[in-house]
Amino acid sequence: MPVLSYREALRSTLREELIRDDNVFLIGEEIGVFEGSYKITEGLLGEFGDKRVRDTPISEEGFVGAAIGAAMLGLRPVVELMTINFSLIAIDQIVNHAAKIYGMFGGQTSVPMVIRMPGGGGQQLGATHSQNIELYYAFVPGLKVVAPSTPADAKALLRTAIRDDDPVLFLENLALYNVKGEVPEDLPTAEIGRAAVTRPGTDITLIGYSRMAAVALDAAEKLAAEGVSAEVVDLRSLRPLDRETLVRSVRRTGCAVVAEDDWLTYGIGAEVAASISEGAFDHLDAPVRRVAAAEVPLPYAKSLEDAALPSVDSVLTAARETLHAVGRR
Amino acid sequence: MATRTARRRNEATTIDHAPISSEDPDTLRQYLRQMALIRRFEERAAQGYTQARIGGYCHLNLGEEATVVGTMAALHPTDYLFTNYREHGYAIAKGIDPGRVMAELYGRTTGTSKGWGGSMHMFDTEARLLGGYGIVGGQLPLATGAALAVTYRGGDEVVLCQMGDGTTNIGAFHESLNLAVLWNLPIVFLVVNNDLGMGTTVDRSSAEPELFKRASAYRMHGERVDGADVLAVHAATARLVERARTESRPALLEAVSKRLKGHSVVDPARYRSADDVAAARDADPLVRFRAALAAARVFDEAELDTVVAEGRAAADDAVAFAAKSPHPDVATLFDHTYATPVASVARRLPADPIF
Repeated sequence: MPVLSYREALRSTLREELIRDDNVFLIGEEIGVFEGSYKITEGLLGEFGDKRVRDTPISEEGFVGAAIGAAMLGLRPVVELMTINFSLIAIDQIVNHAAKIYGMFGGQTSVPMVIRMPGGGGQQLGATHSQNIELYYAFVPGLKVVAPSTPADAKALLRTAIRDDDPVLFLENLALYNVKGEVPEDLPTAEIGRAAVTRPGTDITLIGYSRMAAVALDAAEKLAAEGVSAEVVDLRSLRPLDRETLVRSVRRTGCAVVAEDDWLTYGIGAEVAASISEGAFDHLDAPVRRVAAAEVPLPYAKSLEDAALPSVDSVLTAARETLHAVGRR
Repeated sequence: MATRTARRRNEATTIDHAPISSEDPDTLRQYLRQMALIRRFEERAAQGYTQARIGGYCHLNLGEEATVVGTMAALHPTDYLFTNYREHGYAIAKGIDPGRVMAELYGRTTGTSKGWGGSMHMFDTEARLLGGYGIVGGQLPLATGAALAVTYRGGDEVVLCQMGDGTTNIGAFHESLNLAVLWNLPIVFLVVNNDLGMGTTVDRSSAEPELFKRASAYRMHGERVDGADVLAVHAATARLVERARTESRPALLEAVSKRLKGHSVVDPARYRSADDVAAARDADPLVRFRAALAAARVFDEAELDTVVAEGRAAADDAVAFAAKSPHPDVATLFDHTYATPVASVARRLPADPIF
């Protein structure tokens, strides 16, 4: 089975979709001549030309809005935002326009577009360039928000997102671009709105998305060495949120830790915990624990940044304390 | 300040249409009928609002009828239109049945947006009105993208993007003009300058109050027209639209007119001086056009009365249509969340449990 990096999974999917459908085009800052800030679009300008791979000025509101307008006429733009932090400059177009146009006009026109953007801290980029604000978009009906954690999911979900008729926000992560994984030639179609059980287990459920889904798998591996059988659920889709899958897991394990790179208060984990509370109350042996970033603007200094961000160790700590509380160790 | 602006405005106004007597009488009749229709339609909308048949915000085109009718007459049926939230007249003049426009104000299923949009959010695929937008400046990047799609496909349609004077101060305006020139897009940006962004005058909000000049920062052609003169508006729009169509180049047209009433139905406009209100009345485009037609002896008074009455009757018919149209069924609440069905969507009403 071919092994691809997360970056190569994205790049090859963009290429395949550009070949498959003339209506697909890429638009964003530095994606053409510069080949992408993170080289996701490497080689694509040369192969497809500047009509299909369109460089833009530094005008996030303008070019995200232009992509929405082009999508309204039936094109399928795939926007690259250099990082999710810069999506804040385009948030009016994303929230007030992309998310609203289908419903607000009574279903007369859809907005078939993808907005790709990496989130994530840990690169010493400081407070404005290290945020995990996918919640802002996961909050909004009319948007779809996906957050793959593996190269295979990145490929499958990007393909689905490009072929979907709604605006899909596609969350990538700086720490995942070089991660490698098996990507089958006959990759099954991914469904937006479906979580995945990425490791079966019986003692505790670990829930994560994007980088933290990968971290949760690492934590489960370490727990296995301690004789604990942890189940891992990768949310994959933040809107819609697949509550059924995570509640089904917790109904069997009786306890859960949800791990997220964003801030705890009002975060994705809060919604997950509330859903578990409502859907698995009678099965819970302990409160749902949340592992999330410290509530500070992320500092530059490595010692401070490392302390602020969740890690395998922080997931392990919360998991061990939860297991202890329910008497499983 | 106001005097200075008014003087500058007059100096810069283009008056470049042919004499009224050389125009096609049927066209003139159609303009007058549409202007009378829109005038009556907006008066009935205001009435419906005070009767609580219309909710939300309600911004009227009163005083802007010449701009509305003149610009829309310059478009091909296949050309695209994006507007702001003051768009009832544009929807009608772009070819949407007035009954459907009023039904949208009434929140009925027969409305332009099936009752989902209201006054600020009209849309019609067939008429190619691609939306009224309630966020100031929100429509500009969208319209720019629509023009990009036209060039992407090699089409010959033009996009007209309407906005108010206040919009020229928001970032999306500047980003969109820049993109439109960089990418050689067939789009005409129409700035309807009524000198008031709600209650704030252009002088108090724009460092360059001659708004058409702002295009020059992007090496875009910009010009100003008397927005109360339907023939001048039509001539200027037609010229810029055809230039966009044949040369794939954007332009900005500033149409200057007076708002006859407040910013919205509920605004008594106490911030306006008596002189300003009187000037607005004197500049009434409907009165002015009818007087010009009479003076040129294109139609006699009886004919003019008939045309105006036809327009007014069409507006009254629109109200009747809206009033007898059905309200949306609550069962349709989740019909328009996503175009592609997706798993795990929570279709719940406020008190429903999620499990």
